[in-house]
Amino acid sequence: MSSDSSAATPQTRAPFRLPLHWLGAAPFAIFVLLFLIMPTMRIVIGAFQTPDGSFTLDNIRGLFTTSILSAYWISIKISIASALLGCLIGFSVAAAAVLGGLPKWIRGPLLTFSGVASNFAGVPLAFAFLATLGPVGLLTVFLKTQIGIDLRALGFNILSFWGLTVTYLFFQIPLMILIITPALDGLKREWREAAQILGATNTQYWRMVAFPILLPSFLGTLALLFANAFGAVATAIALTGSSLNIVPILLFAQIRGDVLGNPHLGYALAFGMIVVTGIANTIYIWLRARSERWLK
Amino acid sequence: MKKFWAWGALIFGLLYFILPLLGMTNFSLKMRRGVYSFDAYAVVLGDPRFQETFTYSILMALATIIFGVLLVVPTAYWVRLKLPGLRPYIEFITLLPLVIPAIVIVFGYIRLYNTSSWLPLTGSITGTNILLMFGYATLSLPYMYRSVDTGLRSIDIATLTEAAQSLGAGWTTILAKIILPNVLVAVLSGAFLTFAIVIGEFTMAALLNRPAFGPYMQLLGANRAYEPAALAVMSFALTWGCLGLIQLVSRFQKGAQSAA
Repeated sequence: MSSDSSAATPQTRAPFRLPLHWLGAAPFAIFVLLFLIMPTMRIVIGAFQTPDGSFTLDNIRGLFTTSILSAYWISIKISIASALLGCLIGFSVAAAAVLGGLPKWIRGPLLTFSGVASNFAGVPLAFAFLATLGPVGLLTVFLKTQIGIDLRALGFNILSFWGLTVTYLFFQIPLMILIITPALDGLKREWREAAQILGATNTQYWRMVAFPILLPSFLGTLALLFANAFGAVATAIALTGSSLNIVPILLFAQIRGDVLGNPHLGYALAFGMIVVTGIANTIYIWLRARSERWLK
Repeated sequence: MKKFWAWGALIFGLLYFILPLLGMTNFSLKMRRGVYSFDAYAVVLGDPRFQETFTYSILMALATIIFGVLLVVPTAYWVRLKLPGLRPYIEFITLLPLVIPAIVIVFGYIRLYNTSSWLPLTGSITGTNILLMFGYATLSLPYMYRSVDTGLRSIDIATLTEAAQSLGAGWTTILAKIILPNVLVAVLSGAFLTFAIVIGEFTMAALLNRPAFGPYMQLLGANRAYEPAALAVMSFALTWGCLGLIQLVSRFQKGAQSAA
């Protein structure tokens, strides 16, 4: 690896020098090693260890009990539901703003607001939704007294699967808008014109040109939103306490006080989370690289 | 017809964002029966626990920002100048905190740095504070590194460095007096984002048992009705303020792309 291309190297043989320029990256390397890589490795290794340190697959096997499997399953379902809905709604809004012929000035505020809202996760978000869709929330009361729709009677509860999904959408939709808008911008006017000149209808243009180009971005963002929802802890805890059996809440309780009765089962639980978000993010990175071929 | 659908989608989206904000604002003003009042805000602001935890989180955010700048700016500069081959790897590493959930990272901290380990950071309050700050720095690494790296791209660091060196400047002088002022806008936008992240962070502070703002909000949410909504309004205003400052700051930067 040639390290210094800008400086002219003297033709005479330089005396041997220690590769000191590597030291410049040392503080960063040490920090990352100590506070990112090693803690993660500790969890991964711990997932395959017994309490006395010998290697075992029992912890991983321990994940396949009914209660833990169902926690993973609910987590995955919520993540899929909120990622899918977030992608579809976010795509519609972004497409409306970019391609729908709306006034130009809408774009700036929309993207700024998306930037804020996609960061508005965590505890306050849960309060906002409790105050809106909770038992005495603004929308609940309005629908009940003014229109006569009783959300409770319809089976909607903010502390349930759909309640959590609807809440997660508040940061999923803006994230989708932020990521997909550049992709929509990348659809060149010439492609549409070329398609029209060749006699394509609007539907054909979308089906055979725009859709295939956007598909990698779309699926990649879907994977990213999935990972985003899967790792969300604070919103879920603030909203439901510990009443909903999802993986992050289970892991939180386990770290607080060994609720599973086996400390190393906690490692396995965390390892499972890394595997799931890792797969989702690998899909995202791979698809993003593919979509960048077109959108440069 | 197309316009009709476009407006429909936009209005649906806007309603989705506005209703919860409206709901929490409305709820936060209803503490006194029958009339709108700022009682919930007064109660929250007057609560000594609020003042304590909020101050704690602000101090942690400032410490995290200072540490982050000292860590990220020299590294990003050095990698661009001397080790360009490392760039893809460093970028990959800085994105890892987005892949590994925070709860997993802090779980690792608790196991790795407990009282019986080789580096017993969780054994003392100062140690735990430092550990939490490192954790926050890890969480903000993706944002901090990216904005600084983007800022460095817009200046010719090789020429600047050579010019400074031929005038006799050492590395510290170059970094403090030449590089940092040139990427200040990028550093600031990373700093505001870090601030917004640290102020609301819940998981790490709760699991390390530190009296931060996030766990306080959660505790209040479990025990009170109106005050949490007031807190949520203030928290949203704070996030909005931070990201608004990023927009403002990046407007000063010539040819800067809009900060995400």
